Amino acid sequence: MAETNSVASRIKQIFPDVFLEYQSFRDQETIIVKRDRIKELMTFLRDEPGLEFRYLADLTAVDYLQKRPRFMIVYHLYSHKEKRILRIKVPLEEEDPYIDSVTSIWSTANWHERECFDLFGIRFVGHPDLRRILLPSDLEGHPLRKDYPVEGR
Amino acid sequence: MVRQETMYLNLGPQHPSTHGVLRVLLELDGEVIVRATPDIGYLHRGIEKLMEQKTYHQCLPLTDRIDYLAGSANNLGFVLAVEKLLGIEVPKRAQYIRVIVAEFTRISSHLFWLGTHAHDIGAMTPLFYAFREREQIMDLFEMINGSRLFPNYLRIGGLAQDLPEGFLYKAREFVDSFPEQIKDYEALLTKNRIWIERTKGVGVLTPEEALDYGVSGPMIRGSGIEWDIRRADPYLCYEDFDFEIPTGQNGDTYDRYLVRMEEMRQSAIIIKQAIEGLPDGDINVEDPAVTLPPKEKVYTNIEALINHFLLIQKGIVVPEGEVYVHTEAPKGELGFYIVSDGTTKPYRVKIRTPSFVNLQSLSKMAEGRLLSDLIAIIGTIDIVLADVDR
Repeated sequence: MAETNSVASRIKQIFPDVFLEYQSFRDQETIIVKRDRIKELMTFLRDEPGLEFRYLADLTAVDYLQKRPRFMIVYHLYSHKEKRILRIKVPLEEEDPYIDSVTSIWSTANWHERECFDLFGIRFVGHPDLRRILLPSDLEGHPLRKDYPVEGR
Repeated sequence: MVRQETMYLNLGPQHPSTHGVLRVLLELDGEVIVRATPDIGYLHRGIEKLMEQKTYHQCLPLTDRIDYLAGSANNLGFVLAVEKLLGIEVPKRAQYIRVIVAEFTRISSHLFWLGTHAHDIGAMTPLFYAFREREQIMDLFEMINGSRLFPNYLRIGGLAQDLPEGFLYKAREFVDSFPEQIKDYEALLTKNRIWIERTKGVGVLTPEEALDYGVSGPMIRGSGIEWDIRRADPYLCYEDFDFEIPTGQNGDTYDRYLVRMEEMRQSAIIIKQAIEGLPDGDINVEDPAVTLPPKEKVYTNIEALINHFLLIQKGIVVPEGEVYVHTEAPKGELGFYIVSDGTTKPYRVKIRTPSFVNLQSLSKMAEGRLLSDLIAIIGTIDIVLADVDR
């Protein structure tokens, strides 16, 4: 645990202005940060020797309808060298949910971000091709938001 | 006058070699692909949204239908994620049986891939051979839970029931004869001149590109990165078994073919070890909050009856928290990210499917190649559109 905590402490040291919280549940670490320097932070996590999270396993969002801030962007990074998963979470306000795209850091983020845009309506600034990916382009609304009904729309 | 503009061509959504409803918008310069843009979503069923309305056990049949060629592999990913949230570990016997089922699923999925992939490229015979063996595995699945494609055999906290009589004997028979049958397929393809011409150097992904595009499973191993979640982040009891992780060198279609062929052999070896080492004991965790009481107790004991009623009517209460659990599904990394709010229904389920991520590398692999190579490249990714669209 001491070793993994060092990821959090290093982020806290290098990005003190965006670091919010460190959580651990069932041996999985979560670091919550502000959206402001997300690209810088992700580049650091990818390239820093000893961390080398060169693989973006997953990118998604969660809608906490009743809470503020409403949205949480969730990144799952994986390091083949260290064989470990790291979860980065970024809270976003309901009014204007946008965040910088990480497609320039990992190409795989392209479709993940499009899906997130499609189903949650999160805007990824700097994404090369931000269109709906799973749903028809003329659909209104974003179905995975909690205020979107399951049926009867 | 010579015309020089490029041409647009739609491949799919109804096209036999796209393995479902995949549409690829192609920009062609003669026969050379300038740009290939996959268009997906034709099979989107909103499984993630549906799961938010269902109790954890009711989600299980939905997971079968994510990658319908590897139903049990999806069940496994989901139950492992929920078990991690609950903080429980199933008994050794259940783990071994899960390994047997998961590896049979891998073989059957790879056999299906082999048959259709070879068929797409023009070799018809492997399809018949592969389906002959796949049918035997389907029969085995039918034995354990009465259904072929959607076994739905796993339960949170264990299994639906113990293995039926005669299963182990038949399973043993299959894994003993299977390596010989792989030789049949290899005799048809591995040194086949046409097969080599159609697959070598086609759809190359370098290790850097493989990481950048986030591909997993045989795709990343074909590019020479030895990464198998069964070894890197062991779940169930995979550390008990000896097996090799095959890797390729060139990251092309041919190498991925070799990797998958070897994976089938290794799966058979794992099953053999699991059958030999299969321990006795319970198949469900002893936890009334998770496992249904035995049926005879429900009829005779009021507490068991209440417990049964609550588990069925209300469901399993899962503590608040979130986990991401990834497993090595036949097609690559299958990840379940589950957020629980402490009730009987998941607050959010994100299914990170291997096909969705792997398919994204299609454009990268196809651009600059001939149109006919695209068919080989779609085949080598081993996609199931239900797995892509969810």
